[in-house]
Amino acid sequence: MAYSEKVIEHYNNPRNVGQMDKSSTEVGTGLVGAPECGDVMRLQIKVNPLTRVIEDAKFKTFGCGSAIASSSLATEWVKGKTVDEALEIKNTDIVKELSLPPVKIHCSVLAEDAIRAAIGDWKKKNVVGGEQVSASAAVAAN
Amino acid sequence: MSTVTSQPEVPAGVKLPLYMDNHATTQMDPRVLEAMIPFFTNKFGNAASRNHSFGWEAEQAVDVAREQIAKLIGATAKEIIFTSGATESNNLAIKGIAEMYRERGNHIITQVTEHKAVLDTCKRMEKQGYRVTYLPVNADGLIELEDLKRAMDDKTILVTIMFANNEIGVIQPMAEIGKLCRERGVIFHTDAVQAVGKVPIDVNALNIDVLSLTAHKIYGPKGVGALYVRRRNPRVQIAAQIDGGGHERGMRSGTLNVPGIVGLGKACELAREEMQSETERLTAMRDRLKNKLESNLDFVHINGSMKHRLPGNLNMSFVHVEGESLLMGINDIAVSSGSACTSATLEPSYVLKALGLGDDVAHSSIRFGLGRFNTTAEVDYVADKVIDVVQKLRELSPLYEMAKEGIDLTKVQWQAH
Ligand SMILES: Cc1ncc(COP(=O)(O)O)c(C=O)c1O
Ligand code: FES
Repeated sequence: MAYSEKVIEHYNNPRNVGQMDKSSTEVGTGLVGAPECGDVMRLQIKVNPLTRVIEDAKFKTFGCGSAIASSSLATEWVKGKTVDEALEIKNTDIVKELSLPPVKIHCSVLAEDAIRAAIGDWKKKNVVGGEQVSASAAVAAN
Repeated sequence: MSTVTSQPEVPAGVKLPLYMDNHATTQMDPRVLEAMIPFFTNKFGNAASRNHSFGWEAEQAVDVAREQIAKLIGATAKEIIFTSGATESNNLAIKGIAEMYRERGNHIITQVTEHKAVLDTCKRMEKQGYRVTYLPVNADGLIELEDLKRAMDDKTILVTIMFANNEIGVIQPMAEIGKLCRERGVIFHTDAVQAVGKVPIDVNALNIDVLSLTAHKIYGPKGVGALYVRRRNPRVQIAAQIDGGGHERGMRSGTLNVPGIVGLGKACELAREEMQSETERLTAMRDRLKNKLESNLDFVHINGSMKHRLPGNLNMSFVHVEGESLLMGINDIAVSSGSACTSATLEPSYVLKALGLGDDVAHSSIRFGLGRFNTTAEVDYVADKVIDVVQKLRELSPLYEMAKEGIDLTKVQWQAH
């Protein structure tokens, strides 16, 4: 398997590796994939409760080099975006940016899933009945 | 975080890229090439030409090779049939026996970790009305003799069980299988591709009736192999699958690949002469690699029996690290992985799955295949590099982090996709 330069670059220098406090209301965590499938991604975002801007993102990935590169790229892309903007990121954008071959498309799908799962988790904590709860209320609830 | 592709110091005498995938194929021994060369150039005769010295010379060379091969496995020269390799040998053995003994029965017994050349041939026989039993293997990768006994019935004509496995290197209980087959009057074929030249084989002591081998796994050329077919006690018959000039006692027509055959013969002779010293060397290097990896890394798992195993094989899972990502980090070392991500089908190794391991262990597996041209310095380089890359990838692995925190990964609700 020949890898694109960008995949190799992310694999060698993965961005934003790590973890954040799962229990914080500002943090949304997405854990997708399964060990039996050979790929598990955990992507976390830290969202500013007032601006809804993703201020930080972290990931860890068990998977092939393309899966590692896809999630590393995903953390770079979500940072600085609002959650709504981040939901616009499509796996096809990742495929294009990393020049992934067809057999590796599912690795990019997983990265898109991870972004959605992280945002979903954050919304669950912070949005009740379609309304965003105030920052202070969210903190109090915890 | 530092880069994943590490560059430990390359010891003197280690040339990169480095080959440690000797179950896939082997580098040809220069002594084999030397023996072959004249048969490409001035000794170009057809071994079937009976009327001139060119033909005689070729035939004589083929006869020498037959002797060399026979001697390695305790057979006689007349019992060796040349083929294009072990895929053909396996096809010829299974199809040829099934066809020849159809009146006696229609039942074939094999096992689940065979090479595809056996499994796919058996599948085709099923389509043609044969019954095939695929025996399971235990956690060591070995069949249980009780299972074999129970599977045999009065319609069983053939048992085909590989000598040593190409992924995990485990050696099946050949003597016991052979004895059982002989007692029941069932023909015993073995795909001995990985075992020939690596461990002592005596077809008579082991009651093997038919045996497949290939040159390119024993430092010989690609595209040439042989099938041993027993001629006495009992005489085994095989229906030809290729029609033509009636070469090889009618069992395999086609002009003989004389240079290839000369190479196969020479490779067998060298393997026999050097088997003992090579076994000692490979075992020491393999154990050194295993010990280094085990003492520097946690969550490692050896796949298959360590006791019944080829000297040059190590198959290890680096749990919580996916195999293809590991291969990418050690890209100046040629090894292979049972991970789904490395396979065209995106399915993890069926051999590792058959051991009853979770798929996650198969995804993390690396096969190291040590061979004649590997050195201790190479083993040390490989060990250092693998340790380094595994550690770095584990910093990236959510599973490793969770396992370290004491989370039982089998209890997590995963979102398989
Ligand atoms: C166990 C086993 N059987 C059969 C084969 C096929 O041999 P060949 O490449 O000579 O067709 C191989 C090697 O690929 C093998 O490892
Ligand atoms: S994680 Fe398996 S192919 Fe990418």
